[in-house]
Amino acid sequence: MNVDSITESALADTARAGNERALDEVRVRYLGKRGELTALLKSLGAMPAEERPAAGARINVAKREVQAAVDGRRKVLAREQMQEALAAEAVDVTLPGRQRRRGGLHPVTHALRRIEDIFAAAGYAVVDGPEMEDEYHNFEALNIPAHHPARAMHDTLYLDNGLLLRTHTSPVQVRTMEAQGPPVKVICPGRVYRKDDVDATHSPMFHQVEGLVVDEGVSFADLKGTVIDFTRHFFEQPLGVRFRPSYFPFTEPSAEVDMECVHCRGEGCRVCGFTGWIEVLGCGMVHPNVLAMSGIDPERYTGFAFGFGADRLASLLFEVDDLRLFFDNELAFLEQFA
Amino acid sequence: MKVSVEWLREWAPATVPTSELCDLLTNAGLEVDGTEPVAGEFRGVVVGRIIAVEPHPNADKLSVCEVDAGDETPLNVVCGAPNAVPGLVAPLARVGAVLPGDLRIRAAQVRGVASAGMLCSAAELAIGTDAEGLMELGEGYAPGDDLRRALHLDDTTIDIDLTPNRGDALSVRGLAREVGLLCDVAVTAPSIPQVPASTDAVFPVRLSHPEGCPRYLGRVIEGIDIACSSPLWMRERLRRSGLRSIDPVVDVTNYVLLELGQPMHAFDLDRLRGGIDVRNALPDERITLIDGRDATLNDATLVIADDDGAVAMAGVMGGARTAVRASTTNVFLECAFFAPLAVMGTARRHGLHTDAAHRYERGVDYQLQHLAVERATALLLQIVGGTAGPVVAETSEAHLPVPKHVTLRRARLDALVGEAVPPEVTQRVLDRLGFEPQASGEGDETLWSVTSPSYRFDIEREEDLVEEVLRVHGYNTVASHPPKLAQPLGHATRSRVPTVRIADLLVDLGYSEAITYSFVDPVHLDLFEPEKQSVAVVNAVSREHSVMRSTLLPGLVGALAGNLARRASRVRLFEIGQCFRPGVEGDADVQHTLCAGIAYGPREAESWAQDGSGVDFFDIKGDVERLLAPGGREVAFVADDHPALHPGQRAQAVVDGETVGCFGRLHPEVERALDLPSGVFVFELSLEGLLGRRPRRNAGVSRYPSVRRDLALLLHRDVPAATVEAITRSELGELLREFAVFDLYTGEGIDSSEKSLAIALTLQHPSRTLEEGEINDNVDRVVAVLAREVGARLRSGAG
Repeated sequence: MNVDSITESALADTARAGNERALDEVRVRYLGKRGELTALLKSLGAMPAEERPAAGARINVAKREVQAAVDGRRKVLAREQMQEALAAEAVDVTLPGRQRRRGGLHPVTHALRRIEDIFAAAGYAVVDGPEMEDEYHNFEALNIPAHHPARAMHDTLYLDNGLLLRTHTSPVQVRTMEAQGPPVKVICPGRVYRKDDVDATHSPMFHQVEGLVVDEGVSFADLKGTVIDFTRHFFEQPLGVRFRPSYFPFTEPSAEVDMECVHCRGEGCRVCGFTGWIEVLGCGMVHPNVLAMSGIDPERYTGFAFGFGADRLASLLFEVDDLRLFFDNELAFLEQFA
Repeated sequence: MKVSVEWLREWAPATVPTSELCDLLTNAGLEVDGTEPVAGEFRGVVVGRIIAVEPHPNADKLSVCEVDAGDETPLNVVCGAPNAVPGLVAPLARVGAVLPGDLRIRAAQVRGVASAGMLCSAAELAIGTDAEGLMELGEGYAPGDDLRRALHLDDTTIDIDLTPNRGDALSVRGLAREVGLLCDVAVTAPSIPQVPASTDAVFPVRLSHPEGCPRYLGRVIEGIDIACSSPLWMRERLRRSGLRSIDPVVDVTNYVLLELGQPMHAFDLDRLRGGIDVRNALPDERITLIDGRDATLNDATLVIADDDGAVAMAGVMGGARTAVRASTTNVFLECAFFAPLAVMGTARRHGLHTDAAHRYERGVDYQLQHLAVERATALLLQIVGGTAGPVVAETSEAHLPVPKHVTLRRARLDALVGEAVPPEVTQRVLDRLGFEPQASGEGDETLWSVTSPSYRFDIEREEDLVEEVLRVHGYNTVASHPPKLAQPLGHATRSRVPTVRIADLLVDLGYSEAITYSFVDPVHLDLFEPEKQSVAVVNAVSREHSVMRSTLLPGLVGALAGNLARRASRVRLFEIGQCFRPGVEGDADVQHTLCAGIAYGPREAESWAQDGSGVDFFDIKGDVERLLAPGGREVAFVADDHPALHPGQRAQAVVDGETVGCFGRLHPEVERALDLPSGVFVFELSLEGLLGRRPRRNAGVSRYPSVRRDLALLLHRDVPAATVEAITRSELGELLREFAVFDLYTGEGIDSSEKSLAIALTLQHPSRTLEEGEINDNVDRVVAVLAREVGARLRSGAG
């Protein structure tokens, strides 16, 4: 048997070995202690001395060649085995993940949080107060005495314990001024109530956010800047804003604020009643009587206040055209805002 | 208030286009809510005068009119109107005319007779809605004149939404003052001469309640012919202001109301007895009003009375007994100033809203009465004839409003506005509005001393003048800037969980946020809180919204029902909101914020990875535990007695020894009463209870090995797992790092009164390695104490 033919069959057997065990058998047959190439090496002693070095060298080259082939084959087999195992463990990655279905915040809460974030970043404190209020804080302290025609603007719901359901969150402003004195910089979000029948634009319960700033030197220009910046930040659009003189008993001067329609950008559409403008809030300089009643010197301090409906802003932001949807609590509706 | 622009321009001859005028008014605080043309779009219509009327040869209901249209020869026009009579002056649409609706008038044969145009009703020209017959123009219109020009039909009605402080602008006179200011034109009132008395006829007047009625003028007018109709120009002005023509007496009082802002009333003189007394009503005094309604008055209602009782609710509405009617020949005109406080409330108390009350509540010019009564007399005599007696005027000067003297400081004005307002603007505003300003001082020190005019009831102090100046200077011209205010640092607290964390957690736990009404149906509330008092809404919109919620659960249950009706199969909702109880203010229980949730249906949304099992008690408990986790405080759960919850599946959560709320399964009877399916779970916790937080701190972490020992205990079914844990914790103290219940088994192989509880104890010493011997000693001791205290035995084959 010569080296070349043994090497040839060893390489062929190696290439044929289909698994780890067969490969091991090949290795033992040729390279093992009693292997064919090992045996050939052992037979060198029977050769003439002058031929031994050359023959020995040839056999060693052959052994290294076969060993390298076996090692190479082993790697291939290992790789194939891994491939099989991986294939067996493959899953359908398009199946949905195992998870707990998430709920969602109410769109009005989303709007309120947005409002609170905008004002909190400017240092406004967020305060809340009772929804069952007394006449004094809801009306008298806001310069709305009994029988004042402005009370007709607030169709009030009265309670059998002598209290009423607040018609705005302004009483929280009064309570804040009573409690802390100037400087004041707060927003008061919360539920408010009016004796209204339910329809697409009315609800006996809705959400208001009122803001109040009282300090020395606060002016109408400050109020304008605050209101304009707020609408632009809330809607993330540089919307046009206009101020119209109006009347609220607790502010003087008072203003009604219109904003360019978010939907048509002033072109006129169904959302804005084809006027291009949307009435979004009321505001004004705090009436001196209101400051004085809360123990603040109106000659030294001035302030501004503003108030708007959070449901209204939410409906504009989320394109909800019927207020009733907000209080219907239909999951299919709510889940859109999750 | 609706008003014709044409009429307004007559008083204040502004030349700006109407649309611009509307913007000016709106930007000055008199919001123009809408505009409407006073007539339809048409052309080619002229004044026509019927000369003769012949019956149509071929049609019973038609006639052939000979009409003077200002041409040399009259026109023949076929007409079907019943009031087509010779002498009638009516609109004539000539051949070639175009009427509203793009109706073109052509020369035509009507049943064989040629017709050179069409005689029109008011409705056909969209001048109002009267389609009864031809529009009767009356005297003073020349045949052939263009109708639009003759009737001033290129006019617009504007509807102004006035705020309650601007009673002074509820008239043409008041609005003209504003237009005069805004357009800088002089206001010219029509001349209103006195009508001298031509008889001595008077009717006595007494003011018994001068606080409510400080001034009352009366005038007797005798021998009127009420059958006359008001002239077209007056009817048109009324129509353009949204009022119908009734009879000349009502029309005249309405006209004066619109023109000057003075409400007036006319009584049938012959039905008044004795004399007029303006007094408060007697207790339970009754009156039948003009509109036929009966009202029972009280002593807070100011009335006009004669010797037989109340004849009018002062400043609100007249009574039926003395109302002017078709047979009336003698009238008594009333023109009074009633104090706003005397009228306020009366109308609302009786559910009446009238133009008179609307004005008196807001304040009528208390110096206007003499002028108004002269105006009304003159107009009335012009239309219905008759003779006027002298004006009887009763006035209590002491009770009339007092003019306010107010000073406006330029520096204060500029400071409040935030920029310098030109002093000439201030001067002009105060002048034009009738404040009679006296300027003094120089530059920033300039002062204007003003006196509030008798028609302004809203001027009390400096800020009121600031608004007057600013609204004309222009809200939109003031440069805006965000305020430059000192900005203190914010507060931080480590003993509170942020409120948003709770809502976010609930969202992550799978709940969607609901917002339900704070007022609920008393029947539903009673199911949840049968023993407790609630607060009722006195004037509730409906019974379903008539009591204030003391728990959020009725609202959530309602929201669940709504979703089930829409075929939802899995519902998770939560709400955070105020709840209410009767009590005194300051009582913490009166209104407090709760956080509640409701769960129904499969534990998870349907999925290949879920087994579809339904939500159970431990799901809801797990959610409650998660909600309480951010607070890091000691939480215990004890049995609860909530009447709306299942007696075997209800518990209270106790945090640091205080109950914060309860949770569990709805009682089957409650489910049945609400028509809900079985298997509804709820929780309701005090928000405050969720927000308290134990400040976190590092207590050190042991570096020594921990060992685990599992025990399978046989126990009586009623022994709570919490008791086993408590005993174990108290026995092992700081050595016990973790306690877990990893299995619960009942059923085959175990006595039916028993359960098997498998617990895992993880032991670790803070400062050294535990030795095998002491571990075994400790565990044996726990087993012994559990055996003694709760009768626990080790289950064979385990431990």
